[in-house]
Amino acid sequence: MLLSPALAISAVLFTLGVAGVLLRRNAIVIFMCVELMLNAVNLTFVALAQGLGVGGQVFVFFVMAVAAAEAAVGLAIILAVYRHKQSVSLQNMNLLKDG
Amino acid sequence: MTLTVFWIFGVIAMGSALLCITRKNPIACALWLVVTLFALAALFVLLDAQFIAVLQVLVYAGAIMVLFLFVIMLLNLGRPGPTDIKGPLGLLGATVLAGALLLLLRPLGEAPLPAGIQLPPGTVATLQQQRGMVGSVATPLFDTYLVPFEIASVLLLAAIVGAVVLAKRKL
Repeated sequence: MLLSPALAISAVLFTLGVAGVLLRRNAIVIFMCVELMLNAVNLTFVALAQGLGVGGQVFVFFVMAVAAAEAAVGLAIILAVYRHKQSVSLQNMNLLKDG
Repeated sequence: MTLTVFWIFGVIAMGSALLCITRKNPIACALWLVVTLFALAALFVLLDAQFIAVLQVLVYAGAIMVLFLFVIMLLNLGRPGPTDIKGPLGLLGATVLAGALLLLLRPLGEAPLPAGIQLPPGTVATLQQQRGMVGSVATPLFDTYLVPFEIASVLLLAAIVGAVVLAKRKL
């Protein structure tokens, strides 16, 4: 009954996450948009778990563990980059760009 | 009634997600994302996943977002400065690409599930009544999904070591 609205909301949230990644230059904000996409997928898992068994909810658990690991390592990388460049803008991360 | 409440929280989630990606200040972005995560927790409760909703509030809204805010404040990014949102061309590109993605994703919500993989109605509700909200998730986690669970623990250990190595000035 709630499956169709849940999948619709999930699709919109995932799209907003992608739009955020495309729209922003601040590395931390882009990171938050990636978290938004992960959460949209979690909503899909939970919605489908209602009709297809609790395996979906177990998978949400794993997605959260991976998201926590990703956040810790990613923010450490951002800290390391900030120390070199004094900036978190992706415009300044052009070491591999020619010219 | 449930459908109305579901849509209310869904609209809150979508609206705050939109505000999250359009605010200039990173701290405002983070706080709007917290609102989205809380609304999603409410949606999880309505979808009969109370344990996952509690985890969402504790792990996501609690731990991960505090980590984000901590880094934003450590790097002193909260002060007013030039916007990091791309110009009209970037806005156009993002809107077009995101719109195309939404057009692709939207029909998935309407497609009927194949009957062969669907459980009889009420199976999950009965399981949750028999084993409790935590037990119905924990039993498969330590039974069917034991190996992935152990791998997740190794992943978290690797993340801890990696974060320390990357963030430390001098080892």
